[in-house]
Amino acid sequence: MSPHFHSGDSVSKNMYNVLIALIPALAVSLIFFGWSALLVTAVAIASCVLFEWLITKFIMKRPCTIGDGSAILTGLLLAFNLPSNLDWWIIVIGALVAIGVAKMSFGGLGNNIFNPALVGRVFLLVSFPQQMTTWPKTVFQLKAQAADALSGATAAADATTGATPLGLIQAGMTEWLPSTWDMFIGNVGGSMGEVGALAILIGLIYLLVTKTITWHIPVSIFATVFIFAGILHLANPEAYVDPITHLLTGGLMLGACFMATDYVTSPMSKKGQLIYGAGIGILTICIRTFGAYPEGVSFAILIMNAVTPLINVYCKPKRFGRLKK
Amino acid sequence: MRTFTIGGIHPPECKLTAGKSIVDMPLPKQAVVLLGQHIGAPTQAVVEKGAMVKTGQLLAKAGGFVSANIHSPVSGKVNKIAEVVDASGYPRPAIFIDVEGDEWMEGIDRSEDLISECDLEPAAIVQKINEAGIVGMGGACFPAHVKLTPPPGKKAEILVVNGVECEPYLTADHRLMLEKAPEIIVGIRILMKALNVDKAVIGIECNKPDAIELLQHIAKPYPAIEVMPLQMHYPQGGEKQLIEATTGRQVPSGCLPIEVGAVVQNVGTIFAIYEAVQKNKPLFERIVTVTGKSLSNAGNFRVRMGTPIKELLDFAGGLPENAGKVISGGPMMGKALASLDAPVAKGTSGVLVMDEADSKRGQASDCIRCAKCVAACPMGLEPYLLGALSEHKDWEGAEKQHMMDCIECGCCTFTCPANRPLLDYLRIGKAKVGALIRSRKQ
Repeated sequence: MSPHFHSGDSVSKNMYNVLIALIPALAVSLIFFGWSALLVTAVAIASCVLFEWLITKFIMKRPCTIGDGSAILTGLLLAFNLPSNLDWWIIVIGALVAIGVAKMSFGGLGNNIFNPALVGRVFLLVSFPQQMTTWPKTVFQLKAQAADALSGATAAADATTGATPLGLIQAGMTEWLPSTWDMFIGNVGGSMGEVGALAILIGLIYLLVTKTITWHIPVSIFATVFIFAGILHLANPEAYVDPITHLLTGGLMLGACFMATDYVTSPMSKKGQLIYGAGIGILTICIRTFGAYPEGVSFAILIMNAVTPLINVYCKPKRFGRLKK
Repeated sequence: MRTFTIGGIHPPECKLTAGKSIVDMPLPKQAVVLLGQHIGAPTQAVVEKGAMVKTGQLLAKAGGFVSANIHSPVSGKVNKIAEVVDASGYPRPAIFIDVEGDEWMEGIDRSEDLISECDLEPAAIVQKINEAGIVGMGGACFPAHVKLTPPPGKKAEILVVNGVECEPYLTADHRLMLEKAPEIIVGIRILMKALNVDKAVIGIECNKPDAIELLQHIAKPYPAIEVMPLQMHYPQGGEKQLIEATTGRQVPSGCLPIEVGAVVQNVGTIFAIYEAVQKNKPLFERIVTVTGKSLSNAGNFRVRMGTPIKELLDFAGGLPENAGKVISGGPMMGKALASLDAPVAKGTSGVLVMDEADSKRGQASDCIRCAKCVAACPMGLEPYLLGALSEHKDWEGAEKQHMMDCIECGCCTFTCPANRPLLDYLRIGKAKVGALIRSRKQ
């Protein structure tokens, strides 16, 4: 049966392409958070792969699927959503929820409704709120702090943890925000892989060049966040921060480029992908601006994951030879 | 450069035989002439066992309006009328002729002289094409005279000539355009007269710059004929895709090209029409690309219908040891042969030998919903969804999702990273949905 030709594309090729695209962001987190970041990453990946192996072998009794690279990817993305000083056993619980509950209980790769890494992250956020929101300062922030302490410039200079930019915004302390440049390169507090906007954008370019993903989802998220936050900022610059800060802070970059673009949980048609991205953008700004949590990207993506089947029913690709009447 | 707007892919070209001139294939010892070589009603044999026939003599009469005469490709004695496994893998009736010499019917002009002028009336042209048994030679095998007879109320406005040859490996149309360009231009002018249209466009993909240049040069005295280079983009040779690429018009779902005033003919068909009208030669031979990475003497051969494919392979250097499968047609839409005894028919554009290593399909896994099949589908369908509906036997649901619009180009299966046999599911679905629609009409 034709075709007798295949593109040579495979599931694992796509997964490893995403992993390669995450290398710059991983490097940034190692530079800014040191060896603890490597430890968190290793624990998250190892436990995700281990759980997938155990579940396929002993519960589902199916051929092992860890070779497709998706468990490694879930582990890495989970790690990127965690603070680098998190206890190892909390990470293992997160991995169990991500792989066991969010992925394998639905039937494994391709059948899950929600992004596994995000489910793991949100589970930890509501279960261990304190540990999950204690953000270590970056190596450079600590050095600067030490220098300040020596010169006696600041009094409260002995803390090793600090607030994230979004935490500062939530608390109304916008004058304490780090510079846009620091946010761009990642010299701010936050989850490990979220902080380096530049590194994530390099990864995005790699994904686009290798045709692993298309531009529709990330660009529609960026555009919606920029426009919606921009309108709020123009209406009242005192109360609402500028759109650039929104784009560079929290999990927005990582979410837009690597979490929202997850194949399994995003819509199939281009039109659907644009609507999905716009939904994530609007929900993120709503949660950040009007909600109780300082950060809303995870929740926004999970909510739009839930809407994806509906989008797939109503947003069809442009059909050939069927003009709208 | 123009192309169609929805979906499509860029498979590797593999045009190994593009530089090989057309070579006459020796006559077979026995020709096996299928009685059905076209879409439509089967033909009725008009010769009996033991009859002596000449090359070009009528062997079987068209069984209706949508049908096509069959002529003898060789001279000799009818050995038997029996079944043979054809390229589709099913046994079909065929006339077996033991070849003796090569004596042609009188009246067929065997010279190479170009006859440029044609004084026939449109109806007489169509009649000659009908009698010569010409069908669409791109592979669909739709009787040519039917396309040239628009239904009442419809009027052809443009003749679209298909010189795209977007299938990887195949070069038969490319070589024909290079070696028979003046004949093709005459054929186009004859068809324009038959259809009473004042515009023709020849669509050729830009990987054949020599053919584009040559046809542009020869068509220069005829401003009504435009040679249009097209981007490389599979499946541009599909009728609906080609019409959109060349004219910008989309044929509505479920309609024929005449709905937008277009008539499409392949360059091979045009050449056959030239020979039928100007040379009185019925359709009994064609150009076949015989190719494959491990074939020692791959080439483009002029082959009589009824020649067993095994003999083509022998002529091309013999079946290599590492052969995995032999395909009739190209790798995207061709059929793997069940038997090498299957004969060449009017729609055989190529014979492709694939190495064993390239013949195996990857292990299929669950759909990861990457949407690459949706992006690749040139008809704007959702192959992942149609495949799932077909798997679950939801034929009504599949019909609502426009299952019947599928043109079976294979882009979905080609592009699927999970190696899912999407087109296999869609073919089953099309058959079932088609049966459902027909049963509703009764």
